[in-house]
Amino acid sequence: MRNLADTLSRSEIFRSGHALCPGCPGGMIFRWITKALGKDSILSMGATCLALPTGIYPSSVEIPSIYIAMAPAPAAVSGISAAIKVLKRKGRIREDRKINVFAISGDGSSGDIGMASLSGAAERDDDGIYFCFDNEAYMNTGIQRSGLTPQFSWTTSTLKGKVEKKKDLPRIMAAHDIPYVATVSVGYPEDFISKIEKARDMGPGFKYFHIHAPCPTGWRFPESKTIEVARLAVETGFWTLYEVDHGSTRITYQPPKLRPVMDYLQLQGRFEGLSDGNVRELQRGIHEKWEHQITLTPE
Amino acid sequence: MEKRKMLTGNYAAAHGARLARVEVVPVYPITPQTHIMEKMAAFVESGELDAEFVPVESEHSAMAVAIAAQATGARTFTASSSQGLVYMHENLFVASGLRLPVVMAMVNRTIGAPTTICPDLSDSLDQRDTGWIQIYTESAQEAHDMIIQAYRVGEDERVLLPVGICFEGMIISHYMEPVEILDQGKVDRFLPPYRPEHVVLDPDRPMSVHQLVLDDSYYTEYKYQQQVAMEEAKGVIQEVDEAFGETFGRRYGGLISTEMMEDAEVALLTLGSMAPTARAVVSQLREEEDMPIGLVKLRAFRPFPDEELKESLSNLKAVAVLERDVSIGAGGIVYLELAHCLGKKHDSPLLTNYIMGLGGRDVTFEEIKDTALNLFEERDAEVMTNPIRWYQVRGLS
Ligand SMILES: Cc1ncc(C[n+]2csc(CCOP(=O)(O)OP(=O)(O)O)c2C)c(N)n1
Repeated sequence: MRNLADTLSRSEIFRSGHALCPGCPGGMIFRWITKALGKDSILSMGATCLALPTGIYPSSVEIPSIYIAMAPAPAAVSGISAAIKVLKRKGRIREDRKINVFAISGDGSSGDIGMASLSGAAERDDDGIYFCFDNEAYMNTGIQRSGLTPQFSWTTSTLKGKVEKKKDLPRIMAAHDIPYVATVSVGYPEDFISKIEKARDMGPGFKYFHIHAPCPTGWRFPESKTIEVARLAVETGFWTLYEVDHGSTRITYQPPKLRPVMDYLQLQGRFEGLSDGNVRELQRGIHEKWEHQITLTPE
Repeated sequence: MEKRKMLTGNYAAAHGARLARVEVVPVYPITPQTHIMEKMAAFVESGELDAEFVPVESEHSAMAVAIAAQATGARTFTASSSQGLVYMHENLFVASGLRLPVVMAMVNRTIGAPTTICPDLSDSLDQRDTGWIQIYTESAQEAHDMIIQAYRVGEDERVLLPVGICFEGMIISHYMEPVEILDQGKVDRFLPPYRPEHVVLDPDRPMSVHQLVLDDSYYTEYKYQQQVAMEEAKGVIQEVDEAFGETFGRRYGGLISTEMMEDAEVALLTLGSMAPTARAVVSQLREEEDMPIGLVKLRAFRPFPDEELKESLSNLKAVAVLERDVSIGAGGIVYLELAHCLGKKHDSPLLTNYIMGLGGRDVTFEEIKDTALNLFEERDAEVMTNPIRWYQVRGLS
């Protein structure tokens, strides 16, 4: 807890006037990330709602940032960190100066169109921290399904609910054998921030964060309920908080007892009209996932 | 000291990039460019070049890495061809829009389908609206020299635009020629280091690079400034060519080079590897037949040298544009631009267009001579009939 209080009392790098929707968890996320990483940072943005804070003049973020295009936020991490490396060797950046290179991109940008770029940067283990802001659809273009939209969810391109399951991006990233993979949620700031600080203080390499980020606009819930929805995702086991630190997996928050998934689903318009069968299927999926994940955890 | 060596165009270009002391090199393999990638990797591995080589997973990422590294303050170099160049299309606009003077060797190859690994200029000419300067070269030496000139042109604060140095795959990329590798000390004096002020990702001076300019804000003005920079580039390309000549004793003529144009009544206009063959044809017709013909070699396609072309062509009777590319449904791309630039003034020459050498088909001395002789036959016509000609399509008479 001291850790969190220390971090959050640091001066603001993220400023108001950011153009995110009311109730969007992006503001909190930006604040925590920038506070944890500090001013000596360079940000690469992908195409995501979260590009709005840096993308509208004047930037709400007091660190340098670049947006190239939808897919290549990971490639930009590679380019920035390669440049820093060579400029340090040549004495144009002080050798002992630590600059945190990080990227923020959406679930569609990361896991669909940018998959090759993300996988490439991870495979090369280029130095940086990558944050996938997973609001479970293409929100910036108005709520279309992505590969990371959960099964049965309504979107404007899956009017009867998405047929396919959600792509498990953090597991794909862990399969790259990078130093660190973490799943986090906007409902659990201590867990979130301590993981960022851990990744920040590791040696060079590619670290991947997957942020579960409830979106009131796209998921159809009142904008005052963002944190409640985020916490219920974890308390029902729909979303799991874990880390893979140099290959060893650990659940970082274990709900005392999993609540029924319906508690989570019923708050959201996107899951309205699910059949009992659909709900049972989701519940079964959660139990299977938990059995699998618990066997991965040594404790 | 300059060193003379037998080199392919690809290796000559790679040596040019090495001498320019490039700092970040992201490249993805594609024939006929791959040897550049391999040579750059070898230079970095051996320590001959102090740079970061980034073995990216696609050309799209190659250009993104180049953009991000250049924006962080490093001089970058990449190379591509064909499908690869088309694959990075989206990011080419970003490099120019952010005014980042990335340099790329564009080693020309057709774009499928059908697929061949042989050259035509369709791939780089297809990038003509991306805001990149494009210079076409006819030899390994010219490619070598122009990579170095490209950095000085692109990084000039009047310009700040990315530059593509184009040369045809196989014909130039793979054949060996004697090349003078420039002296590092002289290159260092000719080319100052890259120290950007306008765009740099520096935590001490935070800037948000590439913002939205919604509604009635300044999109038009951004684009207008790029246009102004392209116009400025015309003079800078010329100046840099002169300065290069003073330092290294070799000049190329800047935007265009004209040869044997005194009292010419007709001219061949071409670019890239067809230029040497056309030169041989023109000098034979001049020397042996005393025919009044000249040669214009187009070097810069962007910026398009409209004034220079008007000046050297407007008093001629007829001009044939010979080119290894086509915009299907319109005509040869260079021809279309030239026709637009000369307009319909009463003193404009008649124009014809020969689309030839597509897919690397050999363009011979006799064939170019044939186009030249046609020009003499047609030079006094009222109008040029069927000006756009697909040269010797098999199965058609
Ligand atoms: C090549 C390309 N295709 C499409 C788009 C349009 N586009 C912009 S943002 C966006 C949605 C992004 O969705 P996601 O990555 O999930 O992030 P979110 O907006 O949900 O945060 C799309 C499709 C684009 N910018 N570039």
